[in-house]
Amino acid sequence: MEAINSLKPKIEVHNLNFYYGKYHALRSINLSMPEKKVTAFIGPSGCGKSTLLRTMNCMYALYPNQKAVGEIMLDGENILDGKQDMNSLRAKIGMVFQKPTPFPMSIYDNIAFGVKLHEKLGRGDMDDRVEWALKKAALWDEVKDKLKQSGNSLSGGQQQRLCIARGIAVKPEVLLLDEPASALDPISTARIEELISELKEDYTIVIVTHNMQQAARVSDFTAYLYLGELIEFGETTSIFTTPKQKATEDYITGRFG
Amino acid sequence: MTTSKTESREKIQAFLDIAFKLLTRFFAFAVLALLAGIIIELFVGAMPSIKAFGWKFFTSSDWDPVNNKFGSVIQVYGTLVTSFIALLIGIPVSFGIALYLTELSPAWLKRPLGIAIELLAGIPSIIYGMWGLFVFAPKLSDNFQPWLIDHLGPLPGIGVLFQGAPMGIGMLTAGIILGVMIIPFIASVMRDVFEIVPPTLKESAYAVGCTTWEVVWNVVLPYTKIGVVGGIMLGLGRALGETMAVTFVIGNAQNLSFSLLDPGSSIASTLANEFNEAFGNLYTSSLIELGLIMFLITFIVLALSKLLLFKLGKMEGEKT
Repeated sequence: MEAINSLKPKIEVHNLNFYYGKYHALRSINLSMPEKKVTAFIGPSGCGKSTLLRTMNCMYALYPNQKAVGEIMLDGENILDGKQDMNSLRAKIGMVFQKPTPFPMSIYDNIAFGVKLHEKLGRGDMDDRVEWALKKAALWDEVKDKLKQSGNSLSGGQQQRLCIARGIAVKPEVLLLDEPASALDPISTARIEELISELKEDYTIVIVTHNMQQAARVSDFTAYLYLGELIEFGETTSIFTTPKQKATEDYITGRFG
Repeated sequence: MTTSKTESREKIQAFLDIAFKLLTRFFAFAVLALLAGIIIELFVGAMPSIKAFGWKFFTSSDWDPVNNKFGSVIQVYGTLVTSFIALLIGIPVSFGIALYLTELSPAWLKRPLGIAIELLAGIPSIIYGMWGLFVFAPKLSDNFQPWLIDHLGPLPGIGVLFQGAPMGIGMLTAGIILGVMIIPFIASVMRDVFEIVPPTLKESAYAVGCTTWEVVWNVVLPYTKIGVVGGIMLGLGRALGETMAVTFVIGNAQNLSFSLLDPGSSIASTLANEFNEAFGNLYTSSLIELGLIMFLITFIVLALSKLLLFKLGKMEGEKT
């Protein structure tokens, strides 16, 4: 595997601090996520990995008492300086959540909804886009005969793939996955993991996971966070085989956390 | 020793379970009995009028106690029109209030605003009536109504609704007052149901690039549609049946005029005004039949709201 320095960075985090009110949740994070690679955040509950993920599409900005200080550069532009248009930024950075969150509409509309916000497509083009996204998310074969049915009528694993398809459909550049498989059964989990490996050909993927085997299986780079600090960051293979920090080793060998 | 103890405990528990079940069933069926009782009573009371006028009661606009001729068109029109105006005002305003409180307002403002809305709901209707008659109606007659007559009156079609003199009191005033009265009900129900939308669902919508408005319109509203329609029905129920405030400002004229500026009557205001003075069997019985019609209107409105929800559910895709 290539060394991280030789890769083009997609997202760079410089000296990021995050606050929930007075609580200091992230401390001076510096991190660079390479383009078209999978970067995994691991660490025990409450370590700040989801928080870090949620700064990358400014989701925290919906909540008045949350504050991020520092820089997050997306293709060299700081997304935290308040000059970016949130809606087009979020169209560039898709997000999938821990629990499947299909919108209260049909399967077709779940996908088309996000696309309609940013592009004017004719009926045929939209049909193609929906099919494309569902195929990408490996869901097309299961739903192609029931596109008019409610998104809520699908199983949990299917709903999660629907949410991934919805994220892909707006053609983002980055996909943020917040424990996307933690509420799913092993078979659905395996499908999602396969999907992640396929998607990284086109997208930069950042995944938060509790499951260390999952991080080891799907990611190219891994960051270990603990109590709001970035303890170690590097290639997944070296993090899992020869961690430099004692704390990382303790966590991944299950002695802690 | 211990076994017999547990056995007797089990017996008591089984007995209590059955007793509890029977008791709750009794309460539940008491509702049905009450409903049936009221309907039957209304029917019996309205019988002389039903016999005398038949279907003509629904189509006649006579309300002539002297000659013992009665029809319900004036009152039904007044009731429906005032309630419709109330919804026209109440729904958008309540939606805006609920939207602001749940999505946009700073945290420190949520509580005081929420409490203010609940206080507004607690104001007795007679206060609204007095305020409407002494404060609001004169203002309307000075400014707003002349403007309506001048600008909307000459229009074809809807011009019919804005004829006559700017008297202040009338169906329009009653409708506006009702609108103000039902806002706290609809707004607080809407706020409550908007608040139960899972944050991650809203975040998912923001995550595909929605604005706040798009999130609320496309995700929050469909997700909460049952609660929202329920809140509107609660408001409509209040508007249809509101007596005191309407009686103050509607004018209580028993003649048919389509103009919103003219005084009219609603079912509730007619009952409140005339029941005491009703002489003779047929008069009383006609008033009771009005009550029966109000029952019917409420029933139809409820049925329509169920139908609406069913249609909305279909738009969302079929359920398996």
